[in-house]
Amino acid sequence: MSSRFAVYLAKRVGMAFLTIFLVIAITFFTMHAIPASPFSSEKAKNDKTIAALEAKYGFDKPVTVQFVNYLKNIAQFDFGLSTGWVGSTVAELIQGGFSYSAGIGLTAAILAIVMGVFMGSLAAIRRGEWLDKVIQVTTTALVSMPSFVIATLLLLIFGLYLKWLPTLGSMPGGTILPTFSLSLYPMAYITRLQRSSMLDVLGQDYIRTARAKGVKKGKIIFKHALKNALSPVVTYAGPMMAYILTGSMVVENIFSVPGLGRLFVNSMLRTDYMMIMGVTIFLGTLIILMNLISDIIYKILDPRINLR
Amino acid sequence: MQSEKPKKNFFSFQLDPNLFAPADENEKSQQRMMRESVSFFKDAFRRLRRNKIAMLCLFVIVVIALIAFIVPNYYPYSYTKQDVTAKYLRPFEYSAREQARIDKGQNVFPHIMGTDALGRDYAIRVIYGTRISLLVGLLSAVIVIVIGIIYGSISGYFGGVVDLIMMRIVDIIYSLPDVLIVILLSVGIKERVSMSQNDLVVRLGAGMISIFIVFGLLYWCGMARQVRGQILSIKEQEFVLAAKAIGSSPFRIIRKHMIPNSISVIIITAAMQIPSAIFTESFLSFLGMGVSIPMPSLGSLASDARTGLVSYPYLLLFPALSIFLIVLSFNLLGNGLRDAFDPKLRS
Repeated sequence: MSSRFAVYLAKRVGMAFLTIFLVIAITFFTMHAIPASPFSSEKAKNDKTIAALEAKYGFDKPVTVQFVNYLKNIAQFDFGLSTGWVGSTVAELIQGGFSYSAGIGLTAAILAIVMGVFMGSLAAIRRGEWLDKVIQVTTTALVSMPSFVIATLLLLIFGLYLKWLPTLGSMPGGTILPTFSLSLYPMAYITRLQRSSMLDVLGQDYIRTARAKGVKKGKIIFKHALKNALSPVVTYAGPMMAYILTGSMVVENIFSVPGLGRLFVNSMLRTDYMMIMGVTIFLGTLIILMNLISDIIYKILDPRINLR
Repeated sequence: MQSEKPKKNFFSFQLDPNLFAPADENEKSQQRMMRESVSFFKDAFRRLRRNKIAMLCLFVIVVIALIAFIVPNYYPYSYTKQDVTAKYLRPFEYSAREQARIDKGQNVFPHIMGTDALGRDYAIRVIYGTRISLLVGLLSAVIVIVIGIIYGSISGYFGGVVDLIMMRIVDIIYSLPDVLIVILLSVGIKERVSMSQNDLVVRLGAGMISIFIVFGLLYWCGMARQVRGQILSIKEQEFVLAAKAIGSSPFRIIRKHMIPNSISVIIITAAMQIPSAIFTESFLSFLGMGVSIPMPSLGSLASDARTGLVSYPYLLLFPALSIFLIVLSFNLLGNGLRDAFDPKLRS
């Protein structure tokens, strides 16, 4: 926790905020580059109504003024009014959808980390045995399947053929399948990461020393090996969140979960620009913040890493 | 010739002239190479060839590519032709009309994978979808290689402030959420694409174009970092100093000395890039933001297969299997290439 760490922290946080600003800017200016007015798709109205609507939403001002206003509003978590779901604000919709997505996503993330670390360590300890081979083949297969293939196959097998689990997200227990679909890919990825980093650590001299001293096997694995092998998994936490958040668009659609991902896809179908902007910025910020947190934890966990 | 050894004086620098006698045949033969020298590439490919899994994957990829690019030219069905009398045929099933033609003794090509909800032959649609996936993978690799190498080598070679600024830019771009930006762009340029006069642009659709734009904007960062790292270490080596000493231009040094020496990193990174590009494309097509209809993609085929999933699961299984096979092969081939080109990285 030296001053070098403080400098690193300040730099890293500054970068994250710059990136968030960039996401907002890209989102805003891409949406404003669209030639059509967001209201032109609505039925039965004349130019005057459109002009009035544009004035109401502030679309008649110069773009830079709009951008500054938009930034000010976002700072207060005000993403404007939805045009696709008339009568609700974007912030309300995001909040409503996120309460579903956050539950599923968080459970999926925890499941992926716990199971991934467990299976990866197991495979490394039992290196070369049949268990290791089974785990390796399964995880190699799983990381080659896109989220929609995993989700639809699970839906088909467990929901429609075996009828063990409900297929709709709104039914009781309906979040089990979406959670599993979201967690399988990161779980497989973490298993592979954990296996190779565990193998690396198990080959280190200090493990041999511990073994030579007669430390019990369980203690070697938990106290010496596992702790040191975890850092690559921590760096994957950021990308994993990105996978889960974007994967939820597909999975929530397949299982009809009224979460943020489905809302996002629907807002594109309804060409609800305010909503698209709001959700993109919200998800983007979330992903960037997760990356930031996992980077910082990584540096704290592993002081050997060079601070730049 | 002095035959006698001069008297040995401890402090004298006088050398024994016998040590400088020409070598005889026997001594020369020891220096002869036992086998011809193996170049870096030969060595790597020999290692790759010994990797059975990687070779099998390479074979699978070549077969899939041949099917995807040759078969459509000779296939009796087109991917757009609808036939209301032949909806939802199972694999190798014939519609009533086709059965009548067979009974009359005519030849009817079987629907190897059946037909879809609109009576289109499914096999050709899956083949076209595979083609899109392969094209996306390949093109993304090309984009990533070109931009990544140029950016990374400039940053690595010039170093200092240039490097600092260029790498900060990479850091920021690297942390942008790529999928979100693809979606955003495809929404943003949809209107323009649909108004475009260019046939190719319309056929590709907003989704595809934004995918390539985003590959060009974002995906090269990993490659740029790798190339830069490689060049930073090569820069310190003597042959670069020698090249500088004889007055080679920076461009020539980068092109002739640095890029060939970082080729293994470039190959590995590009191979790892392909599956992730294919994933992104299929993901977007699944959400209806990829290629524009009626052009099929493996993602959109899987998405369409969701209606009537219980009755017609093969409509899902064929595209799912296809994408699984492609991505799996590229993943394993990538691992094989990594092991072959960089034995140090072997896990």
